[in-house]
Amino acid sequence: MKPAPFVHHAPRTVEEAVEVLARVGHDGKVLAGGQSLIPILNMRLASPAHLVDVNAVSGLDDLTVTADAVRVGALVRHARLEHDQVVYGASPLLRRVVRHVAHPVIRNRGTTVGSIVHADPAGEMPAVLALTGGVVEVASARGAREIPCHDFFLGPMETALEPDELAVGVRFPLFGATTGTAFAERARRHGDYALAGVAAAVAVEDGVVSSARLSFVSVTDVPGILDVTEACRGQAPGEIDWSACDDLVREHLAPEDDIHATAEYRAMLATQLAHLVLAEAATDAVAAQGDSAA
Amino acid sequence: MTTQMFGAPIRRREDPRLVTGGGRYLDDLGRGALAAAFVRSPHAHAKVVDIDVTDALDVDGLVAIYTHEDLPGRVGEPLPLLIPHPTLTHGRTQYALAKDEVNHVGEPVVMVVARDRYLAEDACARIRVDYQPLPPVVGLEAARTGDLLVHEDVPGNVAAHMLQEVGDVEAALAASPHVLDLDLAIERSACMPLEGKGVYARWDADRDELRIYSSTQTSTGVRAAVAAKLGMPLAKVECIAPDVGGGFGVKINHPWPEEVLVPWVAKTLGTEVKWVEDRREHFISSAHERGQLQQVRVGFDDDGRLLALDVRFWHDNGAYTPYGIIVPIITSTQLLGPYKPGAYRCEFWSLYTNTVLVTPYRGAGRPQGCFAMERTMDAIADELGLDRTEVRARNFILPADMPYDHGLLFQDGRPLKYDSGDFPATLEKLKALVGWDDFAQYRMEAEAAGRRVGLGIGCYVEGTGVGPYEGGHIQVETSGRVNVSTGLTSQGQGHETAFAQVVAQELGVPIEDVFVTTGDTRRMPYAVGTFASRAAVMSGNAIALAARQVRAKALRIAADALEVAADDLEIVDGVVRVKGAPDTQMSLGTVSVMSNPLRYAFDEAAQAATQFAHGNDPDRPPVAEDDEPGLEGRDFYSPTQATFANGMHAAIVETDPVTAEIRILRYCVVHDCGPMINPMIVEGQVHGGVAQGVGGALYERMVYDESGQLLNASFMDFLMPYASEVPHIETDHLETPSPLNPLGIKGAGEAGCIPVSAVIASAISDAEGFAITSMPISPVELWELRRRHEAGEIPSLRNHDATTRKPR
Ligand SMILES: Cc1cc2nc3c(=O)[nH]c(=O)nc-3n(C[C@H](O)[C@H](O)[C@H](O)COP(=O)(O)OP(=O)(O)OC[C@H]3O[C@@H](n4cnc5c(N)ncnc54)[C@H](O)[C@@H]3O)c2cc1C
Repeated sequence: MKPAPFVHHAPRTVEEAVEVLARVGHDGKVLAGGQSLIPILNMRLASPAHLVDVNAVSGLDDLTVTADAVRVGALVRHARLEHDQVVYGASPLLRRVVRHVAHPVIRNRGTTVGSIVHADPAGEMPAVLALTGGVVEVASARGAREIPCHDFFLGPMETALEPDELAVGVRFPLFGATTGTAFAERARRHGDYALAGVAAAVAVEDGVVSSARLSFVSVTDVPGILDVTEACRGQAPGEIDWSACDDLVREHLAPEDDIHATAEYRAMLATQLAHLVLAEAATDAVAAQGDSAA
Repeated sequence: MTTQMFGAPIRRREDPRLVTGGGRYLDDLGRGALAAAFVRSPHAHAKVVDIDVTDALDVDGLVAIYTHEDLPGRVGEPLPLLIPHPTLTHGRTQYALAKDEVNHVGEPVVMVVARDRYLAEDACARIRVDYQPLPPVVGLEAARTGDLLVHEDVPGNVAAHMLQEVGDVEAALAASPHVLDLDLAIERSACMPLEGKGVYARWDADRDELRIYSSTQTSTGVRAAVAAKLGMPLAKVECIAPDVGGGFGVKINHPWPEEVLVPWVAKTLGTEVKWVEDRREHFISSAHERGQLQQVRVGFDDDGRLLALDVRFWHDNGAYTPYGIIVPIITSTQLLGPYKPGAYRCEFWSLYTNTVLVTPYRGAGRPQGCFAMERTMDAIADELGLDRTEVRARNFILPADMPYDHGLLFQDGRPLKYDSGDFPATLEKLKALVGWDDFAQYRMEAEAAGRRVGLGIGCYVEGTGVGPYEGGHIQVETSGRVNVSTGLTSQGQGHETAFAQVVAQELGVPIEDVFVTTGDTRRMPYAVGTFASRAAVMSGNAIALAARQVRAKALRIAADALEVAADDLEIVDGVVRVKGAPDTQMSLGTVSVMSNPLRYAFDEAAQAATQFAHGNDPDRPPVAEDDEPGLEGRDFYSPTQATFANGMHAAIVETDPVTAEIRILRYCVVHDCGPMINPMIVEGQVHGGVAQGVGGALYERMVYDESGQLLNASFMDFLMPYASEVPHIETDHLETPSPLNPLGIKGAGEAGCIPVSAVIASAISDAEGFAITSMPISPVELWELRRRHEAGEIPSLRNHDATTRKPR
């Protein structure tokens, strides 16, 4: 439980950070909140020769809400995203979801961007990035680029980020006024990685569903969007039998057995949770429109 | 009057220190010490062919590397088998470092000492050990077939085979109107103290002395074991247990390999060396418990009264048996709980597997026994369509039957003889607390709302306070400060408070003046250790006896000085005074001065004492022939047998009809440990025990794969319950005194966890309508069981508890 030797780098600016990464990135790791990386180092599951600690880099801790997105800088801790009222006003989904990431002490330290870069299929924040159609902003000595989430996640714990690249922030686009959202998950213990989790965004226009999308936690390899609109389009939220989505959901899932649950059980949970969050998101959509009408 | 201290729910005096970072645990000591680290076997079963340390030699800061062949004399011999037993015919213990063979993943093979732990681990990573893998024996089923062997010379993997029978079970079964068979299983869990093991040893070259700090439950045991291994006089070895962050049993086994090796290497290198176990090490190289397969055959009459109980079980003792077969012996005896079993036969096989060894974990075999008995009680109730509490009540040993001798031998080799308890009263309290008779109504309402709920119950009797003895030493300083020492150790039980309450009460001093030291062989060299819910019973009584000595001596000296009869004196708030004439008085501090006739007056207390001096009688020595200087007392308490506490728990659970998630809605405990020294501490013990029990019932298991790798050796995957998983616990108490000891007390340390698996299984069965026979249980397992039940592979309960279903 003691890490192997490494060289600790503590850059102060993004320029310095990417310069160090250009030199050592192939044999190094970015250290953000350390809530995933440190356990891996302690157990010597990885022994990078260099740690590029970005905690002292200036300009990475901005949390901003623009007209069309919530932008989260690389040093914004989960806890800040959770508690920020302006963010909550713009995107209630983010708070609803980030509360399911671990426990308060871990959220105080762990970063949302780190979570996304870590790309654990059991992580909640990658699934939200997928549902919102978000973007990862990347810097390197070679220049800046943006990677849309559907190109970003390549596999379990695998992303399109190159070893010399630093994720400087992510943007979660905002949904329109007609869209409601919801999230639910089930874990063995409160705050654990979920056995299954589902996020939903449902748009209701003129009293009927015009679009319904889902993304999943712990039951797919890579976070992605499942569009289930065809199973419920044109129906009034109160009258929908959400189990009409089950076939689409099952086809989309790729759950696996592990010591906590069987694949079959996870699939059952995911379909049940899908019913729950679709209904809640539809209600949320109707309520939001009621609010704005009032 | 002195405030009543015995029985007062005062806050624990150690807590401000412990919860504000003031505790000093093993790793807080020895900052400058060299660090030890271990290369441990990655194989469950293998021959050690070759060890190549070449690559490790140029690690900066390396001090030494040791393998088995470097260990001299007794250090290189197998560790002791602490508790031999005639039926333990094939006891085996490990070498401190593996010699030719490893028998579980995690067994230590090489020890590295370096400037710090990081460097020691770096060196470990470079050591190459060649193994020739052997087929491993994993799990009880594999061990039981005996096709593959853990130890070549142990046929059938049987370490011990034991049978006890009272009455003629075959005949009683044949004559029983009803006979039922149950197949039951309990999986492994573990103590999991938040502080793992650790040992720090300092060699004092000027005095040829060894000081050992160990995170242990027995400092006297470690001291004696190390002295024996190192061939040192006991006088040259001392052992201290600092603050210990939990034990729960795993730290009573000793000496652990590291407890021998670290002191040995400190002596060999003439320096100080420390090893602190990390979490992964704790999972794979400490100890687990609980794993058993059980078969019960029970015969009973039409009223549900037991006529014959025939139990066979297979106990997984892991790779070695350093702690003997205490755990299965306890299962086989404590299984009986509060009941008269009719004819009773219990046969068990303690089997080797290539997994981490098994030593007592809080409850120590009782949770398994309670599970067997209580599942049986529920099965009888269901068979006959009787209320589950009624069947239990009909089988109770009654207060008039006490003392009740089961005719069996208990874990201490002494008769299993209950001293006290009022089981019918305990049950009545529990039924009232949980609202047993109102549950049918509650269930009807819940079911109408689409919810599924169940009610469960479990009863147990716990032999506590086993011998052989503990001691107490009390010394009053001239300032009035009262120093109390007992040799057993503390792992968070609140001894600094509870023992101080006993002394404050017995001696009549303010509790603020009482200072308790535990687990330090310099202060009390005679002791056994903290386990088996024995600290309050053993040390509590020893300390009370010592306090009574001090009190008698104080009264004698004061009576002499004040020229009154000792009977006319009382001690209140640290002052000896004449009853009814409180102005005639002297402080205990002054008595302490007088008890120690010095030539020199150091301070005011000493000068004050001179006013009471009656001139020197030239014919009498300053210290009388039958007296000793000092206001001190030392006494020991050594009982003829254990004292038996008891309790009953009930729970209401809810199971999700679709996802099979399990939630405990209410958890009720009625507990009888006799008079409570501090009810708040007892409740804390009960709460902690229930929390561990909930872990064992719903969350924790040791997931070994077929090659003997422990797949969940971290807190990420070994699901210890968080505060969020532990239900609110409702408690009520009976205080039936034990006739066996001066304070009338019985132990409470393990109680909370004993019946939890039985209770939760009972409640889930009640919710689901089929019997739960294997614990722990997770949502996915319940979900699978439902499918098997629906497919007709698991029978429905016959009566699905007719009585808790029908409202009265
Ligand atoms: C007990 C526990 C429970 C947890 N439970 C959950 C849970 O339920 N759900 C969940 O989603 N997560 C959970 N986590 C993980 C937590 O969310 C982590 O905070 C998160 O996964 C990583 O964020 P971090 O800032 O700590 O990243 P680090 O641990 O510092 O880094 C993680 C990885 O991302 C890389 N990285 C980080 N930031 C950047 C960057 N800006 N640019 C490039 N690479 C970067 C690192 O190199 C590393 O490979 C849990 C963690 C713990 C310890």
